Amino acid sequence: MRPEVFKMIDRVVAIDPSLEKIHCQGMVPEESSIFEGHFPGYPIMPGVLLIEAMAQTTGWLVLARNRFEKMPFLATVKEAKLRTFVLPGQNLDLYSQILHEGSGFVVAKTNATLEGKPICSAELTFRVLPWPEGKMKAVVMKVAEYVSFPLSEFADA
Amino acid sequence: MSSTFDTVANIIAETCDIPRDTITPDSHAIDDLGIDSLDFLDIAFAIDKAFGIKLPLEQWTQEVNDGKATTEQYFVLKNLCARIDELVAAKAA
Repeated sequence: MRPEVFKMIDRVVAIDPSLEKIHCQGMVPEESSIFEGHFPGYPIMPGVLLIEAMAQTTGWLVLARNRFEKMPFLATVKEAKLRTFVLPGQNLDLYSQILHEGSGFVVAKTNATLEGKPICSAELTFRVLPWPEGKMKAVVMKVAEYVSFPLSEFADA
Repeated sequence: MSSTFDTVANIIAETCDIPRDTITPDSHAIDDLGIDSLDFLDIAFAIDKAFGIKLPLEQWTQEVNDGKATTEQYFVLKNLCARIDELVAAKAA
């Protein structure tokens, strides 16, 4: 995980063949510039970045479902719960499950655990839109390789 | 139609915190009720779930943007309910 550049996922562990569920992992780094401010002398993972990690987890699942045809953009965060502090060096398991795929949007239930204990959870809604002009899709595909996303299974060449 | 309208009106009232008695079949979701596109995602989610359908929002938006349809055709509630009834019937057929 490199939270200072919003790389919240280290690895896509598994995507369910039904494309309804995903499991990812991300290890909070021992050192990061975000801890300079959050908080001085007491580094803990910002809650907003835990939500971002859950959003990115869900994002990979949505990309798998549409085979990278369109990009999910976070639109709504509901029922977000941040249950405990997350500290440098801790390895998070991140899960997401599709609740509904509508026309141009997806709703998912997502959560993270630490050694099996619940850390945070939320219901997220994404708008699913055509890729913007420019190189965003290529960059996301590159990040997909970085997180071991199974491109051969879930993306067209 | 009336039960479809009641369901949709109740969803809108609950989702957008709009007094139920101000929502009528002639209400325009956007112009009269002030529902924005983000709130409409919540409404679409609830409608999809309640009726077991998938509102074709992308198609409707495209038609409006292309000038092939007006927002009234899809977002005046009596028209929206008629579309929902069509989708439910098509699914059952």
